[in-house]
Amino acid sequence: MASLQMAALLSAPSTPVPSDRVRLGALRLSASSSSTARNGGALVVRSEAKVSGGGASARGLSLITHAVAEKAAAASSADSKPGHELLLFEALREGLDEEMERDPTVCVMGEDVGHYGGSYKVTKGLATKYGDLRVLDTPIAENSFTGMGIGSAMTGLRPVVEGMNMGFLLLAYNQISNNCGMLHYTSGGQFKIPIVIRGPGGVGRQLGAEHSQRLESYFQSIPGLQMVACSTPYNAKGLMKAAIRSENPVVLFEHVLLYNLKERIPDEEYVLSLEEAEMVRPGEHVTILTYSRMRYHVMQAAKTLVNKGYDPEVIDIRSLKPFDLYTIGNSIKKTHRVLIVEECMRTGGIGASLRSAIIDNFWDYLDAPILCLSSQDVPTPYAGTLENWTVVQPEQIVAAVEQLCK
Amino acid sequence: MAAALLRRASTSSSASLLRPLSGRLFSSDETVLSIETSVPFTGHKIEPPSRMVDTTPKELLSFFSDMALMRRMEIAADSLYKAKLIRGFCHLYDGQEAVAVGMEAAITKADGIITAYRDHCTFLGRGGNLVQAFSELMGRQAGCSNGKGGSMHFYKKDASFYGGHGIVGAQVPLGCGVAFAQKYNKEGAVTFALYGDGAANQGQLFEALNISALWDLPAILVCENNHYGMGTAEWRAAKSPAYYKRGDYVPGLKVDGMDALAVKQACKFAKEYALANGPIILEMDTYRYHGHSMSDPGSTYRTRDEISGVRQERDPIERVRKLILAHDIAPASELKDIEKEVRKQVDDAIAQAKESPMPDASELFTNVYVKGYGAESFGADRKEIRATLP
Repeated sequence: MASLQMAALLSAPSTPVPSDRVRLGALRLSASSSSTARNGGALVVRSEAKVSGGGASARGLSLITHAVAEKAAAASSADSKPGHELLLFEALREGLDEEMERDPTVCVMGEDVGHYGGSYKVTKGLATKYGDLRVLDTPIAENSFTGMGIGSAMTGLRPVVEGMNMGFLLLAYNQISNNCGMLHYTSGGQFKIPIVIRGPGGVGRQLGAEHSQRLESYFQSIPGLQMVACSTPYNAKGLMKAAIRSENPVVLFEHVLLYNLKERIPDEEYVLSLEEAEMVRPGEHVTILTYSRMRYHVMQAAKTLVNKGYDPEVIDIRSLKPFDLYTIGNSIKKTHRVLIVEECMRTGGIGASLRSAIIDNFWDYLDAPILCLSSQDVPTPYAGTLENWTVVQPEQIVAAVEQLCK
Repeated sequence: MAAALLRRASTSSSASLLRPLSGRLFSSDETVLSIETSVPFTGHKIEPPSRMVDTTPKELLSFFSDMALMRRMEIAADSLYKAKLIRGFCHLYDGQEAVAVGMEAAITKADGIITAYRDHCTFLGRGGNLVQAFSELMGRQAGCSNGKGGSMHFYKKDASFYGGHGIVGAQVPLGCGVAFAQKYNKEGAVTFALYGDGAANQGQLFEALNISALWDLPAILVCENNHYGMGTAEWRAAKSPAYYKRGDYVPGLKVDGMDALAVKQACKFAKEYALANGPIILEMDTYRYHGHSMSDPGSTYRTRDEISGVRQERDPIERVRKLILAHDIAPASELKDIEKEVRKQVDDAIAQAKESPMPDASELFTNVYVKGYGAESFGADRKEIRATLP
């Protein structure tokens, strides 16, 4: 039983296990890993830690003492896998809850975040726990409540402003650009704006053009702003916590279609770095840079590519402003080929800027032109088939890699 | 005799006959005088405060010298702009000094003020000094924003002065946010969010007012109505130019903004109201002598007669001067000395500001982000630090 779970953990490239991010401590072995004998592959893993149980196991060897697999009751009283499983929106909530508990100046503002629990349930239960002054339901007035969030941040509060859909924050663009991004500079450093602006964006399931916007392309040139995009429950919680603790204004991009992703995340507290990219799958042949939902299309394409004999290196860039050119650069120096897969539109998207940045910094290391797969420069259509053609699909990614590696 | 003096506070000629030959009528600077404002207050959904304002000779003299300083600073800025030492946009406040000075008299430094781009005098009122102001205008290092903000971006955090904003109306939601923080932290303070008659038509004002009224925030919205939104007269821009009534469900007060005592009374009243009940709107009926900014002559949309008429009849400094002379608080020669002193202060400050150097090239990149990004981050087992940024 335990060994099957272990096998699953060690071999899966498709479930986003942050392999070099977390050392999951010593793997605990149960003495009753007898099922492996029957499966043919005896999986013996030496572990440094002492194994619970007596006898030969104390010397660190696993002995198959029973013919029939025993329930893993002898394992430690905590469950056999560390951490707890949850969905991405719950991970965001957990991060938010922990930060609100830790720091009384953190408050949440947005439409329907309080009594309703949040339109994507990210803030569910927080209003009952923290009260109406800390989880504030606003009227539908993005321009002014974003402005109010920024004004309160100037005094030292740490508001988390939610846009019910990122696209609605276009109404607050003036506040975000001029006041949020620039006040620290124009006041000569007197005012800090430790605000977090978050919300779901991206192309969903036939939500229509106005509700499928990708605002990262509009915000990316605002000086003074930091932008991050989460893609898994693990990085969602970590980035949420880092964004709240950061003294700079941070825009956290979530994606409408990723809220129900399930993953096992650690029980211990952790905070991720806002400027670091995530190595999803190390490889040798080509560097694929992606973020948010497109990561999953890339990983799907990666399965096909692996079957065809390619070895792609997949990096989830996570930090959209500033780019983690260190991780990206190291990867390019290894593979010499770059494919960018993004959900922004071709014109003026994150991919366009990333391409520029790579050309400026790593031109000498490139063996082939940088390919960038983006969404089409069209308003997102309602019809399902058309919507699918708007965004990048795994087949296109496979074709692009094949072209790059010719 | 004293009572007769009080009632004829605005006319100076008759008062001088009643003055004894030697010394002053009032022996101490802290004697309370009750002076009637020139015009009564008009209320919207609220009982207006009394027209009788309590003040002291000391306060009147401080009004005079503060306003004289502000006036001189703005005139000097005019000359500096024409000499091309100040570039870009320069919006001057002369004529409106009573609003800044009267407001300061009613509040403390714990109360917040936020305003738009006509902020030089508000900055001085909050405790900013002349050298910082002139240096910032000329883009020098000694400026209050290190030379990187300019005329429209004066700030003074330790005095709760939140600026200094170029985009019309955007400062009002910010001000309501500051009021929110004051309520959140239970500070017992209020925030004055100033805006003009042009900005009064911005939607975000009404949005912020709605939220402030819903959440009972101690926010006071102050419309400095100088009757012109750049070149557009108020009656051409607003269907309802009664700005104190525009709050609808939020009470409002119309105040003579050229009378520093009326401003003081209104702000005191508004502060008490806002702390207990939530937002209130004040409309200050005021006037600017200069055009909208230095690039606007200010005479294409109004007549010179109008400007000189207001200057003769309603000038805030002259009004206080007459009050001081009428109550025999100081002789005219002393007031002239104050003006000379103020002139000298301004000239000295300009000379000092001119000596301040331009910012270093490295300053281009400072304060874009808060250094260090503020986050230390580590992996789940807390033993590996992934990044501690410098």
